[in-house]
Amino acid sequence: MIETRGLRKSFTSRRGREKKTVEAVRGVDLDVAEGEIFGFLGPNGAGKTTTLRMLATLIEPDGGTAVIAGADLRTDSAQVRRRIGYVAQGGSTWDECTAHEELVLQARMYGVSKSTAEERTRRVLQAFQLSEYADRKCKTYSGGQRRRVDIALGIIHEPKVVFLDEPTSGLDPQSRAHMWDEIRRLRDEGMTVFITTHYLDEADVLCDRLSIMDNGEVVASGTPAELKRTISGDVVRIGVPPQAVASAAEVLDPLELVTKLETHDDGVRLYTDDGAAAIPQILRTLDGADVPIGTIELNRPSLDDVFLTKTGRSLRES
Amino acid sequence: MKILRDTSLIFDRQMRLLLRNPVWVFVGVFQPVMYLLLFAPLLKRSLNVSSDAEAYRIFVPGLLVLLAIFGGLFQGFGMIAELRAGIIERSRVTPVSRLALLLGRSLRDVVSLLMQAVIITLLALLFDLRVFIGYVLLAYLMLALISLMTSALSYGVALIVKSEDALAPLMNTVAQPVLLLSGILLPMSLAPGWLQGVANWNPFSWAVDGTRALFRGDLGSPDVWQGLVIMAVLAILAVVWAAREFARSVR
Ligand SMILES: Nc1ncnc2c1ncn2[C@@H]1O[C@H](COP(=O)(O)OP(=O)(O)OP(=O)(O)O)[C@@H](O)[C@H]1O
Ligand SMILES: [Mg+2]
Repeated sequence: MIETRGLRKSFTSRRGREKKTVEAVRGVDLDVAEGEIFGFLGPNGAGKTTTLRMLATLIEPDGGTAVIAGADLRTDSAQVRRRIGYVAQGGSTWDECTAHEELVLQARMYGVSKSTAEERTRRVLQAFQLSEYADRKCKTYSGGQRRRVDIALGIIHEPKVVFLDEPTSGLDPQSRAHMWDEIRRLRDEGMTVFITTHYLDEADVLCDRLSIMDNGEVVASGTPAELKRTISGDVVRIGVPPQAVASAAEVLDPLELVTKLETHDDGVRLYTDDGAAAIPQILRTLDGADVPIGTIELNRPSLDDVFLTKTGRSLRES
Repeated sequence: MKILRDTSLIFDRQMRLLLRNPVWVFVGVFQPVMYLLLFAPLLKRSLNVSSDAEAYRIFVPGLLVLLAIFGGLFQGFGMIAELRAGIIERSRVTPVSRLALLLGRSLRDVVSLLMQAVIITLLALLFDLRVFIGYVLLAYLMLALISLMTSALSYGVALIVKSEDALAPLMNTVAQPVLLLSGILLPMSLAPGWLQGVANWNPFSWAVDGTRALFRGDLGSPDVWQGLVIMAVLAILAVVWAAREFARSVR
């Protein structure tokens, strides 16, 4: 449904005499299948929005190719526009308009008649549980209601693919769960949904497949389960005082059960095949070396661990 | 035709929003009325004309052109708010015509200008201005072309600079010499030769001359068709240019 090869974009900004070039996206390859929820997970500034805006025909790529719903982005952007929907990160409603007005206009901008537009508006208002507020000005909506209007605007013309840029940022946990249900419903109706997010749980629970993006590049792709499987075994995090990190690493690294070990400011993180069995030995070893233990934590690998192995940084910290 | 349909779609929305908040009519008419009341009375003496009616016949057309120029040039501000709210971006991912995105807005500006112009003309009638209706309609055509041009220009620039802070000084810098060199406040015929020479290069001074000829009832004057042609050509150029900015604008 979406296939990109080597998609690139850099921005040059001028501050006084100084010219600065930011390589926002550097060669992105993506393969998104029909009818899946595909996620783009990455920290701030990773290039998620820039990639999306290129695919939505808003900015021209510097290089690379993309085919979206059978239409070539470079040569046939008019067809691409007919087949996609796009919901911007910052929203797209006008304070003084009502949701009803916005939706009818949006539908009509895709060329349908007034009565069809009204019909579709009624349908999406109902599907997104907005009927109750439909005739109130957008400025009176809560954040969650407004986000639902944004997404309704993006899909009112029943596109094959919809791009949602951070659909749940700024929502409370309940509204987020609600939004996830809406997004799953879109997929179940046959739409291909492409979302960006920097929430680990969202990528993990909602997305069928995802690409992890950092610094303009895709560093890993797959289903959440596949990605986590690339990290063998369990993750044990041991919190120790900063001055003891080095000595903890020194005694733990030689242990046979440790497949990999990383040090952090506030402790060490190690990978092992069987975490539950490893903990007693870890405790004994640290005790024997007189390393004070603050906390110890055993986890199945998370997407954050995947990100950490690929980039050396944690998504939580950035 | 798609372009007409799309334009009317955008125009409808813009017009509805405009009428929803009619304060602008009062704001838009307040300043010109102040000019009519407080500035025009000075003119009878300084223009050396015999009656108030004659002074108004010279001053009102200039005032209307002034309104058209300034009204248009500052429309970009409203669109920067739309840019920020994501409205423009949302429109640009749909297949809607880019020319319609511009024309729908600029035509709203033309209509709102003409509404103000009618109010001011009617008020001036109270001050003994007498003009022939057919000629006034031609004068309104001139005003419409001016406002189409300046608002398109303003939208194009707004799409490039994307911030009020940059747009305000830019528009003021353009507007001031245009104002001084167009004979809007006083006819350029009062100016020394070199100043008239410079003013000849200001397209708006042609528009002012043409509008004044119409208010004078002098339809045969070459000022009329020259002014109309110059404004029409510039309006088309501005619209084409600004529509291209809509097609390629990058936030
Ligand atoms: N129009 C622009 N001009 C200059 N630089 C830009 C522009 N748009 C994006 N950038 C830069 O490109 C990089 C990628 O930005 P982008 O918005 O794609 O990141 P993102 O992954 O969407 O981040 P976030 O999670 O914060 O939304 C950033 O360094 C950003 O500053
Ligand atoms: Mg973003």
